[in-house]
Formats: sequence, C-alpha cells, structure tokens
Amino acid sequence: MNTNRRSFIKSSAAVGAFGVAVSAGLITPRAVMAAWPKAAFAATDVDSAVKSAFGESATTTSADIKLKAPEIAENGAVVPITVTSNIAGTESISMLISNNPTPLTATFNLGKGAEGFVSTRVKMSKTSDLVVVVKANGKLYSAKKEVKVTIGGCGG
Amino acid sequence: MAKSIKVRAKVKGGTTVVKALISHAMETGLRKNKKTGKKFPAHFIQEVTCSHNGNDVMTADWGTAISKNPYLSFKFSGAKSGDTLKMSWVDNKGESDSVEAKIK
Repeated sequence: MNTNRRSFIKSSAAVGAFGVAVSAGLITPRAVMAAWPKAAFAATDVDSAVKSAFGESATTTSADIKLKAPEIAENGAVVPITVTSNIAGTESISMLISNNPTPLTATFNLGKGAEGFVSTRVKMSKTSDLVVVVKANGKLYSAKKEVKVTIGGCGG
Repeated sequence: MAKSIKVRAKVKGGTTVVKALISHAMETGLRKNKKTGKKFPAHFIQEVTCSHNGNDVMTADWGTAISKNPYLSFKFSGAKSGDTLKMSWVDNKGESDSVEAKIK
C-alpha cells in the first residue's frame, strides 16, 4: 500500500491527539488497546494479515463457525455476510476476503455479554474465498466459504 | 453534521439484537475519477464502538472493504428494555459521530 506523506502526517497527528487524550485520562486503557491495527489492514495476503492482527497465522478449522454468505453475489459492492460463532469464549471475529487488494475487512471485538454473532455488508473485488477467523480462549479458529462475484453479469 | 447513525436495539428472551445503519461514503482510495483519472482519496470508518452502561459490548476495526453506507448487526445479553445504548464511529479523516438509542 502507498502511504503518501499527507495521510502519514494525518495519522501521526491522530496518534498524537490520542496520546494526549490518554494522558488526560479521557480514554480507558481498554480503548487504547483497540487502536486501529494499520499494518494488519495494509497486508496484502491473508496469512500476513492474520499474523499482523493476532501475532500468529496458524488457525484451526472449526465447524462451530457458521458463515452465511451468498453462493453467488451479483453485486460485489454489497455482499451481505453473517457470522455465528458457537465457540465458547469467542473474543473477536475477523473477516478476510482473500482476493481483495487488502484482505482484512473487519475485526469485531466482542465485549462482556456479547454473543458470537455479527452481520455486515462487504465489498468484494472478484470471486474470492471469504475467510473468517475467530479468536477464542487465546486460540485462533477459522472457517472458509467461496463467494462467486458476477459484476454486471446476468446473475448466473 | 446530521445524524449519520440509525440504530435499533430490541430485547428478546434476554438477548439484545442491535441493528445499525451508518451513512458514510466508505471510499477505498482505489476508485478512479473517470474525468480526471485521479483516484478518489480513501475515506472510511476505522472504528465503531457500541457501549451499554459504560461497558463496551462491541468494538469493531474496519478496513476499506466494508460496503458504502455500512450495515452492522450484533447480539449481546445483559440489557433490559429502556436501557440506553451508545454507538459511535471514527473515520480515517478524524471525523466522528455518535448516537444514543433506547433499547426496546
């Protein structure tokens, strides 16, 4: 990814403001932990994105993660995805799209009381595997599903 | 700024289902302006936070691949009808918005 000078200045300024807010006690330490993982979102393949986000890239395939996504998405700009994790102690759910320029799409950090369920809509540049990584009890679990994208097609 | 977040939360059998729509361009930085050939600068939501009684039930880190005008839904337990739910977002330009909604 190209980081041009302007956005670099902006991001460093944002970090500065963040630091001030922390020292002023406006933000709790938990919020600081949740600072946006820039390197993970800039990674160009699934493995390095997972490694950058979680510190390791090894995941265990789990049948307890249910993925709901269309087999064929007619419009790649809006692909609805629903993830249900039945793994006890699910801490976060991440979505990655392997053929996108930057695969990491979103990480949902689930707090106290939250259930292993998220639903959103994503953009897909072309037919791709959707990879979901669930962090539970310090371990990484994953599930995969292929979504075919037909842009401007007749809808298969 | 006009309110950009629409949020609905409803308790059913002890579980609160939260559904939200945020109006935002979610520009990836890869799309080209056909007239000038220049790329539209990236402009996307990076963080979404949702809290209930001061407890962050969900914080999301988003990349550029979330669709325009994002939709988001999740579930949590421990809330009751009439409680207040707070949701906010921050984008890569430092813009932000927040909204409070009553849980039904």
